[in-house]
Amino acid sequence: MSVPAVHPFHGGLVLEGHKRISTRHPVVPARLPERLVVPLQQHIGAPAEPVVQVGERVLKGQPIARPRGYVSAAVHAPSSGTVAAIEARPVPHPSGLAAPCIVIETDGEERWRWREDQRPDWRTLGPEALRERVREAGIVGMGGAGFPTHVKLNPGAGRAIHTLVINGAECEPYITCDDMLMREHAPAVVAGAQVMQRILGARRILIGIESDKPEAREALSEAVRAAGADDIRVVSVPARYPSGGERQLIHLLTGLEVPSEGLPADIGVVCQNAATAAAVLRAVTELEPLISRIVTVTGAGVAEPRNLEVLVGTPFADVIDQAGGYTDEAVRLIVGGPMMGFAVAHDEVPVTKTVNCLLVAGRGEVEPARDPLPCIRCGACVEACPARLLPQQLYWYARAKDFDRVQDYRLFDCIECGCCAAVCPSRIPLVDYYRYAKSEIWALEREREKAARARRRHEARLARLERERAEREARQRARRERATDAAARKAAVAEALARAGARRSGSAEARRHEGSEGG
Amino acid sequence: MRRFETATSPHLPPRDSVPALMRRVLYALAPGAALQAWHFGWGVVVQLLLAAALALAAEAAVLVLRRRPARRALADGSVLVTAALLALALPPYAPWWLTTVAVLSAVVLAKHLYGGLGYNPFNPAMVGYVVALIAFPRELTQWPAPHALAAPPGLDMALGLIFGGAQLPDALTAATPLDHVRTGLAMNRTLTELGAEPVMGRFGGKGWEWVAGGYLAGGLWLAWRRAIDWRIPSAFAAGLALPAMVAWGLDPDGHPSPLFHLLSGGAMLGAFFIATDPVTAATTPRGRLLYGAGAGLLTFLIRTFGGYPDGVAFAVLLMNMAAPTLDQLTRPRAFGEGR
Amino acid sequence: MIAAVVALGAVAAVSGALLGYAAVRFRVESDPIVDQIESLLPQTQCGQCGFAGCRPYAEAIARGEADINRCPPGGEHTIRALADLLGRDPKPLDPERGAEKPPSVAVIDERLCIGCTKCIQACPVDAIVGAAKQMHTIIAAECTGCELCIPPCPVDCIHMEPVPVDLDNWRWPYPEARTENLA
Repeated sequence: MSVPAVHPFHGGLVLEGHKRISTRHPVVPARLPERLVVPLQQHIGAPAEPVVQVGERVLKGQPIARPRGYVSAAVHAPSSGTVAAIEARPVPHPSGLAAPCIVIETDGEERWRWREDQRPDWRTLGPEALRERVREAGIVGMGGAGFPTHVKLNPGAGRAIHTLVINGAECEPYITCDDMLMREHAPAVVAGAQVMQRILGARRILIGIESDKPEAREALSEAVRAAGADDIRVVSVPARYPSGGERQLIHLLTGLEVPSEGLPADIGVVCQNAATAAAVLRAVTELEPLISRIVTVTGAGVAEPRNLEVLVGTPFADVIDQAGGYTDEAVRLIVGGPMMGFAVAHDEVPVTKTVNCLLVAGRGEVEPARDPLPCIRCGACVEACPARLLPQQLYWYARAKDFDRVQDYRLFDCIECGCCAAVCPSRIPLVDYYRYAKSEIWALEREREKAARARRRHEARLARLERERAEREARQRARRERATDAAARKAAVAEALARAGARRSGSAEARRHEGSEGG
Repeated sequence: MRRFETATSPHLPPRDSVPALMRRVLYALAPGAALQAWHFGWGVVVQLLLAAALALAAEAAVLVLRRRPARRALADGSVLVTAALLALALPPYAPWWLTTVAVLSAVVLAKHLYGGLGYNPFNPAMVGYVVALIAFPRELTQWPAPHALAAPPGLDMALGLIFGGAQLPDALTAATPLDHVRTGLAMNRTLTELGAEPVMGRFGGKGWEWVAGGYLAGGLWLAWRRAIDWRIPSAFAAGLALPAMVAWGLDPDGHPSPLFHLLSGGAMLGAFFIATDPVTAATTPRGRLLYGAGAGLLTFLIRTFGGYPDGVAFAVLLMNMAAPTLDQLTRPRAFGEGR
Repeated sequence: MIAAVVALGAVAAVSGALLGYAAVRFRVESDPIVDQIESLLPQTQCGQCGFAGCRPYAEAIARGEADINRCPPGGEHTIRALADLLGRDPKPLDPERGAEKPPSVAVIDERLCIGCTKCIQACPVDAIVGAAKQMHTIIAAECTGCELCIPPCPVDCIHMEPVPVDLDNWRWPYPEARTENLA
């Protein structure tokens, strides 16, 4: 049933998987924590807007924040309880910053909000209705980036989608949550993919899975057979990082290159993560929002590496505790994998919709602080770069803060996969330079926009002041004119009267009228 | 709450390091250097040690003057590679002061005045070599006869020659094969006649061809270990051999064979160890092909039409100048970039 | 002699014609220099440069009457961009004009405000709302941080607060390389 992929991409690395250590136990639900900290922004786009008040009782699955705009996602209560606070708390982010979160004191009852008893077969629903369910469920890409799924499932009228790619590659070392999901819930992944196929009107589904996951591949092939879907193919891709990068996987499976400034939809492809597919199925059949996910807890720093089904908002410390707690080895807590994940400074950070792995790395598993040597232009990074860039040139220009040149060398085609830095013999933190340059360029862009707005407002103000001045002057002029007018009229009248008076009674009265003329 | 160290991705432990890379280059030089010592005697060993000591001392001194941490830079091994290449390129019995001038030019002038490792536009070893070649052309031609023709000097004599100001006795000198062919052709002799003379071996010169084979073996190992990019030596060989093949095909008595070109002088050392110096070479894949081919072609042109018997050093330095432009012209099409 | 003169003259004529044609054919339509300069300025309208706003400063630079290092809010980046545009050497910020500060916005202490409208008149971008005898407030998103509203306030109820760092405007820091190894 599964067939091998035939379109390799440039570069990439064969990495040691370290995946076995966390696939020995089946996935079990994690304990309900006393307190859930649910960030309002767990996705790319605008943060959600709270719709509950502090002190309010909430039920499991109840919306607690609504999307702000189209590119945003709803947030739901992961369990029943009381809203204890709406405040900034540390969130999983490389900055280590705090961001607004809704804190729920759980009551242990896990009481669901009211759900329709009638659950219509999703096959009877049209694409619009299905997409709306996905949107209401607050589903975002669960592979890591967290782009709102309903947006991705709405590629726009001009772009016909022929292929839906399901990303089950999971190429980063240590991470096994998708592997376990596909092993244990292959039918849900396949059915979820079919829901999305229906929404998109795609002709076929390609499920890409790395060759080092034979169990998951078998399970998926079996599920596809059981579903009797002859438009779904399970494709084995070589275990070469970053085969799970969206652009790389699409190339592996279809031979098509996503244009550098475009989207997969531009070439008729939409790519969704396997866990997202399962979440979509839950949303449309069980009317269940995205409130939990499978998280891999692994590394030499935890006693019993494993996968757990964790409620969104559960603090890392609680999750790690259920994987046997820390070992003496634990030195670094990484959210995600060792190639693209970021380290957090402490474990009082909540799991979000996009946290796929907590890697508690042991001393020997990670590089101690980098101590770089000069770049010797060896070109190892060029060989490794899956985006076919020249990492060493990007590095020179990013380091020199030459933001024009660094864009000439196509900085924004960099997917930050880390291959270049991983092979650099000088141990230069290359990706950090790219991330620095990107965020500076974005900041400059924001500043430029702000400056343009300030200039418009300033010009509007100058125009307003000018207008006001002109109006004031016009008023004064009008008053003066009116005054002269009045005087002239008065004078004319006076003259007439004078003439009349003179005719009537002589010069003395005429002189009196003349006297008032100067006023 | 438990606290952790923070760091940025990728987090994996290092796969390779600059010192390891430099060590690999030194190992790969060993077979060629050993064959060179076998064929030309103790002088090769003495020059290697002398150049290494001088280079380390010069680098340490400059680093102290530049107020840079000396230990780490010395440990990266790059200066030892420069020293080794220079020592192997110079005649084995060149006087100590000549080696000193060459090493100081390489380390101080070519490397550190430009900012040290990674910042030098020109290959330091070749700058050192060219300075010596231009300043002391006579000393640079004093190559001993290979083992097959005369027993090379022993250690005592080598020390005397290098440090004592003694002259290599005429009986022990021989023209290098490139020199031999060049002067022979200039006297209107044919290659058939020249090839019959004792300095000439099966493919290149006696002894020389073995040394070249040693460098070839070491270089192939380096390319296999991916310490160097295969593109540069391949393109260098093609750039040298293809024009040589055309010239030889047209006039076999007036032009040496491509094989002779590849196995004489500095061709193999140059192709695998000098042109591949990443700091001064082009860095894009296509740029490296052009860079290597250009260096090979220039070597052929200088050997054939130039004023010096060998041209590897000049060819490499000229291509060093072209490297930034090559890089700029050969940026690969990024993934997803319009064609 | 005559042939040489004619030949050279012909070459000159042809070259001149070519250049003239190229100048017409390939002419780059560009904004007047003042607009280009102005587009690089941060538009805070703060007047720290000694001119009555960004546009007057741009005009002064264009006339060659003002140097390019008089804009503290733009800082090093603006100086560099101006130097690039005008083909001059970048130079450090003129310290007489002030120092580069982190981006800030003005905040009115609403308990103290007496509603005098003086700050409203001073604000170059109309970012303060309020009416006479009514409390005033600042639209933080529109405030350029020029500080021009601070001196007119009779009760000193306005102060500057740095723009808080959040997930949206957080910037990845410049990698702290151990520079002693790198240069």
